[in-house]
Amino acid sequence: MGKDSMILTNTETILGKNIVEMYGVVNGSTVRAKHVGRDLMASLKNIVGGELKGYTELLQEARDEATQRMIAEARKLGANAIVNIRYSTSSVAQGAAEIYVYGTAVKVG
Amino acid sequence: MELLILAIMVTIGYFAGSHAEKTHYASIIEREKAFTKLPTTNLKHPPQDPREVEWAQLVNGNAVMAVDYFKLFVASLRNMFGGRMSAYESVIDRARREATLRMQEMARKQGADMIINLRIETASIGGGTAGQKNGLPSIEAMVYGTAVRYRR
Repeated sequence: MGKDSMILTNTETILGKNIVEMYGVVNGSTVRAKHVGRDLMASLKNIVGGELKGYTELLQEARDEATQRMIAEARKLGANAIVNIRYSTSSVAQGAAEIYVYGTAVKVG
Repeated sequence: MELLILAIMVTIGYFAGSHAEKTHYASIIEREKAFTKLPTTNLKHPPQDPREVEWAQLVNGNAVMAVDYFKLFVASLRNMFGGRMSAYESVIDRARREATLRMQEMARKQGADMIINLRIETASIGGGTAGQKNGLPSIEAMVYGTAVRYRR
């Protein structure tokens, strides 16, 4: 791992490291709507059931984007790690989902 | 006519769905065996270990799973009488286990020794795909945890 890479964990502390400074909560969110092409495939897939790969990827991309936004916010504060990360998903409208991620920005030594 | 279409959909759903489920379960069990060497726990701290921790990093995995027409049909009958909806239970179970395996795969690629503080989240994303008012239910399982590697 590079020197300026952000350490992310969902534990309260970082194993093997000490937290020297705390900056408070940082968060990132993104609202994604389902996409027509993917939706069409999904509705075909719905007949036989099973995994909807298009949606799996869509939600994973959304989650990565939300995480990147959170990291950018933490970086602005001068943090080099984010601890106690939690993810949550809520559907805000028909066919759209909000991915929300939050955690505490800290500096570890 | 509509009844005929429904009957065809249910039949396709039954054969294709149960075949897909069987192969999926076989592959889940197969891969779970391969991960017995990567302990995964929802404890906040790893058990006592004399080795020093080299790094700890977030890992995650997700899977979206949909029900088939046969399951939907069985479930709608179930809705009248109440009781266990085993048709849906297996879909949710598959989504969670698949997501867990993906997370473990990610951790193994990075060379982790164990995963701690596992969290599992489930979100329903079904209902109303394009062109149909009542889309079939589908759920997303999202699993995340902290991968830990010891110095050797």
